[in-house]
Amino acid sequence: MSITLASPVLAILGGVWALLALATAVVWWLAPAPDSELRQRVRSWWLIVALCSLALMFSRAAALVFFGVISFLALKEYLTLIPTRQTDRRVLFWAYLSIPMQYFWIGIEWYGMFIIFIPVYLFLLLPVAMVLTGETQGYLRAAGTLHWGLMSMVFSLSHLAYLLVLPQGEYAHVNGPGLALFLLVLTELNDVAQYCWGKLLGRHKISPAVSPNKTVEGFVGGVLTTVLLAALLAPWLTPFSVLDALLAGALIAVAGFFGDLSLSALKRDLGIKDSGNLLPGHGGILDRVDSLTYTAPLFFHFTRYFYF
Amino acid sequence: MGYAALRWLFFLLIVKPFLLLAVGVNVRHRDRLPAAGPALIVANHNSHLDALVLMAMLPVWLLSRARPVASAEYFLSNRWRAWFATRVIGIIPVATSGVRSHADVLGPVRDALAAGDIVIFFPEGTRGEPERLGKLKTGIVWLAQQLPTMLIYPVRLHGLGKVLPKGDWLPVPFFCDAWVGEPLHWSGDRRQFLAALSASLGG
Repeated sequence: MSITLASPVLAILGGVWALLALATAVVWWLAPAPDSELRQRVRSWWLIVALCSLALMFSRAAALVFFGVISFLALKEYLTLIPTRQTDRRVLFWAYLSIPMQYFWIGIEWYGMFIIFIPVYLFLLLPVAMVLTGETQGYLRAAGTLHWGLMSMVFSLSHLAYLLVLPQGEYAHVNGPGLALFLLVLTELNDVAQYCWGKLLGRHKISPAVSPNKTVEGFVGGVLTTVLLAALLAPWLTPFSVLDALLAGALIAVAGFFGDLSLSALKRDLGIKDSGNLLPGHGGILDRVDSLTYTAPLFFHFTRYFYF
Repeated sequence: MGYAALRWLFFLLIVKPFLLLAVGVNVRHRDRLPAAGPALIVANHNSHLDALVLMAMLPVWLLSRARPVASAEYFLSNRWRAWFATRVIGIIPVATSGVRSHADVLGPVRDALAAGDIVIFFPEGTRGEPERLGKLKTGIVWLAQQLPTMLIYPVRLHGLGKVLPKGDWLPVPFFCDAWVGEPLHWSGDRRQFLAALSASLGG
């Protein structure tokens, strides 16, 4: 079954492309050095937007494969950063195999399995595989860090993909790609808005120990911007009432902020600045999906509870 | 040569997609790599993947000239492995055990360089512990002395020993890094040469 894009989705996608073109013009004017971080960042955004547009427009299977690859890259980056035990090599291999399985449950719309596969079955089975290797030194740390990675990079992120297969319900103008686009656009623009407001007005550090660049002004400005955008986009892409749209916007803004902080804390703990260099100007893939690991499951359950 | 096409296909259809998807090698200063032979590429050695990664870093039209130096005892130990290693990959097999002179062991390597090949050489001699540079053997000094004007391109590899360590057959995905250092050549002083090479390989 392929997904047909409602025309509002195409319109909003067009809007995203237009916005990116505008941002590119502004950045080219602001940062004349061809290799400045801002310019690299904008170039990477073109790649991200192009790939996301393709994934959402092509077919459901293509979108699931695309989001599965995102989970794979994020988990791989996470496992590269954290210390792992050589005795757990096979366990890590099984952990990677959980990605196609998790996205397969989504493909066949088996909600019950999708929602417990990682939190229950893998939580129990991967430690069994670790125990069978007989290595007890560092066991809790190995089992705990692996499960944290699977929960964040596979389980949480896969909620974005489950939006694509939510049943149509009674909302004729709403479909999965629309909800996924709403979540993606708001999560990423919230990051950008918090960054911009922080640069413009930032005075008071909100979390100096974890992420010294984040300010109260950036946070508040970001939340207000995202709530406003949610109210504007919701009639096009979602079944939300005005009040629910505002709530969803606030939920995404606050959750995104904490997702970002959570990954910053992880990087502080490991003593690194960027998680990798897959996306020039952004660091690695984790630096891009950090907010999504919080917004995707929370927005999914908000939407599912109230509307599906 | 039909094997050149086979090697090209092997890299294009298997090695490169595998390195791109399952591993993800981040190459820094790729522009420092040689644009033509003869050249000697040296790297630290932790995994069977090392030689494949170094070959895949080269432009495709140089693949047919790339020759990794590898242990004859291991790679010629059975017929199929020998066929694959010498024909498809194009290794230069060298003896790694028994007492022999440098000229006996590394003569074929010098000849390949003299013929214009791009030789890939692991101066530690064998695969060691991941991310710990072992002691460099004297073979690299001998080679450098034999061809004192030839450029040596040091490449520091990181992470491949986690993807596919010694003694295991199952690759597990991790991101890896390869830093291409500034090319160097024989400096006339053994200690200074080894120190410089060691430093650019992360020792």
